[in-house]
Amino acid sequence: MKNTSTKTISPMGRRQFLKSSGGVALFITASGLLPNILSCTDSKGVERQLTKHDVTAWVRITEDGQITIYNPAAEMGQGSMTSLPLVFAEEMDADWSKVHVEFSPQEADIYGSPGWQPGTKLMFTVGSRTTNSYYSVMRKAGAQARYVLLHSAAAHWQVPLTELSTGPSEVIHEKSDKKIGYGALVAYLAMPETLPDFSETGLKDPKDFRLIGSQIPRTEIPEKVDGSALFAMDLRLPDMVFGVLERGALHGATPTLTNEEDILAMEGVLKVVSFDYAIGVVANTLEAALSAKKALAIQWGDAQAKGFNSQEIYPTYAKMASAPEKGKTVNELGDVDRAWRTAAKTYEADFKNDYVYHAQMEPLNAIVQVAQDGQSAEVWVGSQQGPDTKLGIPGLLGIPHEAVNVHLQYLGGGFGRRSMNDFVLECGSLAQAMSPQPVKLVWTREDDVTYGCFRPLTLQRLKVSTDAQGTLTGFSHCVVGDGGNLVASGARNDHYAIPNQWVEWREASHGVRLKHWRSVGHGPNKFAIEAMLDEVAHDQGVDPIALRRKLMVNATRALATLEKVAEISDWNAPLPEGRAKGVAFVEHGSLGTGVCEISVDRTSGTIKVHRFWIALDAGVVIQPDNVKAQMEGGVIMGISSVLKEQITVVDGQVQQRNYNDYQLLRMQEVPDSIETVILPSAEHPEGVGETATPMVAGAITNAFLRLTGKRLRHLPFTPERVLAVLNS
Amino acid sequence: MIMATYSLNINGTSHEVDVAPGTSLLWVLREHLGLTGTKYGCGIAQCGTCTIHVDGNPVRACILQVDTMAKGQQIKTIEGLSEKGDHPVQQAWITAQAPQCGYCQSGQIMQAAALLETNPNPTREEIKSYMNGVLCRCGTYLRILKAIEMAKEQTSKTT
Repeated sequence: MKNTSTKTISPMGRRQFLKSSGGVALFITASGLLPNILSCTDSKGVERQLTKHDVTAWVRITEDGQITIYNPAAEMGQGSMTSLPLVFAEEMDADWSKVHVEFSPQEADIYGSPGWQPGTKLMFTVGSRTTNSYYSVMRKAGAQARYVLLHSAAAHWQVPLTELSTGPSEVIHEKSDKKIGYGALVAYLAMPETLPDFSETGLKDPKDFRLIGSQIPRTEIPEKVDGSALFAMDLRLPDMVFGVLERGALHGATPTLTNEEDILAMEGVLKVVSFDYAIGVVANTLEAALSAKKALAIQWGDAQAKGFNSQEIYPTYAKMASAPEKGKTVNELGDVDRAWRTAAKTYEADFKNDYVYHAQMEPLNAIVQVAQDGQSAEVWVGSQQGPDTKLGIPGLLGIPHEAVNVHLQYLGGGFGRRSMNDFVLECGSLAQAMSPQPVKLVWTREDDVTYGCFRPLTLQRLKVSTDAQGTLTGFSHCVVGDGGNLVASGARNDHYAIPNQWVEWREASHGVRLKHWRSVGHGPNKFAIEAMLDEVAHDQGVDPIALRRKLMVNATRALATLEKVAEISDWNAPLPEGRAKGVAFVEHGSLGTGVCEISVDRTSGTIKVHRFWIALDAGVVIQPDNVKAQMEGGVIMGISSVLKEQITVVDGQVQQRNYNDYQLLRMQEVPDSIETVILPSAEHPEGVGETATPMVAGAITNAFLRLTGKRLRHLPFTPERVLAVLNS
Repeated sequence: MIMATYSLNINGTSHEVDVAPGTSLLWVLREHLGLTGTKYGCGIAQCGTCTIHVDGNPVRACILQVDTMAKGQQIKTIEGLSEKGDHPVQQAWITAQAPQCGYCQSGQIMQAAALLETNPNPTREEIKSYMNGVLCRCGTYLRILKAIEMAKEQTSKTT
């Protein structure tokens, strides 16, 4: 895979992509009705077909039996480069050892999965939706490809199609004891008159799966260990120049550059480009661009965030939570006010969380090339894609959607940050100014931190009522913070049988940039919910697992994860002195319950997580080992954010700059083990990327309560905060 | 700013580059020589993503200036670690399915390879301590540990 660079970086439209594919491709029209089988070596034939039909290629087969399957989703470490093609290969009955995977073109109406509105399509690798939304799409397309092969063999052998079956990459006619490999069949490919829809029937019975659910190594790992995997940051184009921007630590502040002439006189500097919120510099080398960035003399104006101090806002939020006017209703069930009136006991607590930053290891970057006439553009980027797969470039340049070609690259981490196009648009503006030269825009780590888009700071007021038997009768959750669904997601309790529930969001606004951060509102909200449940259990002297078991009476699948994790963590076993276990449940598409075992250094205030266990129900699991990797990574990111990570804002200025003052969890701080059990299921696959992370805060605070009798209610649990709680 | 020509010994080959004195070795490797397996993560030697070997020692390329590296030192990047990506550490990385996004893994692998060069039989605590300077946001640390322990066994078998 070392020699992919020229292919990746050469401008290639969809037509060129198809033309250059080589071999024979099975093209299935966008309508899904008719396949077109094209010899890609016959470029005129391809061109004719392309002008007639809007075609899509999911797979390419060559005479030697090599199969290329196209992945429509971003690969940011979550494994889409393997899981989606694997689903296709399963239904096609392809020999996986002959399969090679490439990214599909970025065209949502062809390669999209069902979008948020009925009838729409979307290429957007967010919300853990990839496997969930593409599972049926890939199965159907794979089954159609297999049908074409069956049809072709039937025609070739002059036998009824119904007498044929397939094995790995071969069509079999048992009656005559004949077999033909998919590669050998290429010469005889024939197009059926109609193509079955396969939406309901005709797909494999899951018990016949030979790829889905087995241990399949990820396709892109070899190139990620020899250094040849290409991220957008790694691409180099002929005549490429380098762009950087200086953005303010006060988000949204307007810059005035006072030394433009000096900057333009600097060695290698080609252009200064002004933005509403930044000054851009383009130079012929990256080091020249960075030197010029350092030399910029900028006067910054004011912005909304001026005067805002993040760590002093909580009393204001608490007052907002106490105000008589309700906020926006997120969920309402029964009548919590009646629950309060009839309660034997009520509990109330405020939970808080500071801002956190994505910290993906590859700083934001992109390469854009705008044609001389300004009428077309090429974009190379690691993106979680978007509602518009052209990432806003058509609008920026005022050119049609089809005039922009996006070459998706591997993402050096996404976590939600790369679901935003701000950096792509910045690069587009620089490229427009430098047309037709390609511009590589690089964010420094300092840019990435200071001009980050954070998970919002919130305060959450929870209130619970119990009856005389200690049963939970009411549960209300008031989220105060900036960002709408960014703070409100995950505040519902659909798996807990509590008859009266109320969730509301009260809006604050500070002008600090915000964005989805892995698991979004689930992080803070599941923390508050799960911690609150354990505070009740603690007060009642009830075991936290027993309390949840009762609440999950109507949620069979959730309950199974609770029981399984209690079993694998040996929940009731005696622990060494100074250790305690805590539990938390999370639904985020998939359902999972996690247990951690912690200790606390009472001198330093440092919490150590020793072990973590998860029981997960994710429906059908495509790649079990990869799902476990997602649990491991999710837990590590969870521990990192819960114990260490904190963005603070003083007078509107983001205070952190780099990994020296925004600390992530390091090797010496990891648990000894993270053990995941995947519960067997035949249900439709659910996302797994965001289920583990939001378990961690609740599990840790609950273990801490059982260990010390004290309550940690403010994320992150820094040593200072832990000491303050221990000494309270 | 006056350009200068520097001769660098990288992966056993001599490379000449014309850059300004003081230019970071990382930019020279990546943008001038196209050795992009070495990644930029922080620029201040906090993340270890740009870890390479200089005379066998793991160092952070981002804080090395090109002028100090053109004195005959043997520089090794991920591209030069093995001919076919089959160094015992790389093989173990594949077996353990260690990478997720993959961006930090060149640095992790170079740091791990240096560890096993100097200490072929490290304890788990020694591995953790030696690897502590290389960050992974995807959280692959436990698989990295597993991979190093597998590579260690493999190395001790073959030596």
